[in-house]
Amino acid sequence: MSAEAARLRVKTWTFATVVVLANVFGNFFLKKGMPAELPTPWSYINVLFKPYVSLGVVLLILWLMSRMALLSWADLSYVVPVTAIGYVLVALVGHILLSEQIPYKRWAGIVLIVAGVALVSLGTPPRTHKPEAGT
Amino acid sequence: MKWVYVAIIVAATTVGEVMQAAGMRRHGEIRDFRPGALRRAAAMLARNAFVIGSVVAMAVSFFAYLGLLTISELSFAVPVTAVTYVLETILAKYYLKEHVNWLRWAGAALVICGVALVSL
Repeated sequence: MSAEAARLRVKTWTFATVVVLANVFGNFFLKKGMPAELPTPWSYINVLFKPYVSLGVVLLILWLMSRMALLSWADLSYVVPVTAIGYVLVALVGHILLSEQIPYKRWAGIVLIVAGVALVSLGTPPRTHKPEAGT
Repeated sequence: MKWVYVAIIVAATTVGEVMQAAGMRRHGEIRDFRPGALRRAAAMLARNAFVIGSVVAMAVSFFAYLGLLTISELSFAVPVTAVTYVLETILAKYYLKEHVNWLRWAGAALVICGVALVSL
């Protein structure tokens, strides 16, 4: 692997980690803070000021920005499958921290996701297009 | 109503993420992460039509997702929105001209099946 390819791979894995963690915890807090129903259009705006929802939104803004940075050099067809490892993280966090049972079907899904992420992230380079100059 | 939300979410997410990738590709690799450089990059991105379009589309998708979550379970919402993975991989190949080799197709297919199994 050339020095340039190695640099890009380390940078890609670092940002992919931030993207995944921000998304998993952002959605977790969002779901935790959401009320049972949103009856009026105004309630969609109001709900953003509840503490857990605000924290979730801040993390999702971090998710959006780190994902934009990642896509400034990495392929979309690389980023989309690789960041799906977040689904595995959600299941494992539930199992380890909240002692949730993981049924066989869910373990099978976890194995498939991990295999898919490994194929894309270990088998293909993050960038296959000709790079622009950048900033 | 449920399927109206799903259609809006899938269309808006796919369009938003492909535009985000196109806009960031046009901007070029972000290499300097010091605050001043990031502010300059943000100012440039705020004038990037693809990026503006992607933020609008993703906001539509976000509010439609909130709406869907109020009338359905995560075990329905998550697997149906995984359909965007198929559409985005196809658009990455034919619109963004990425080199999607068999490893990426296989990886994306495994991930989609896995997401469905984990959340159903």
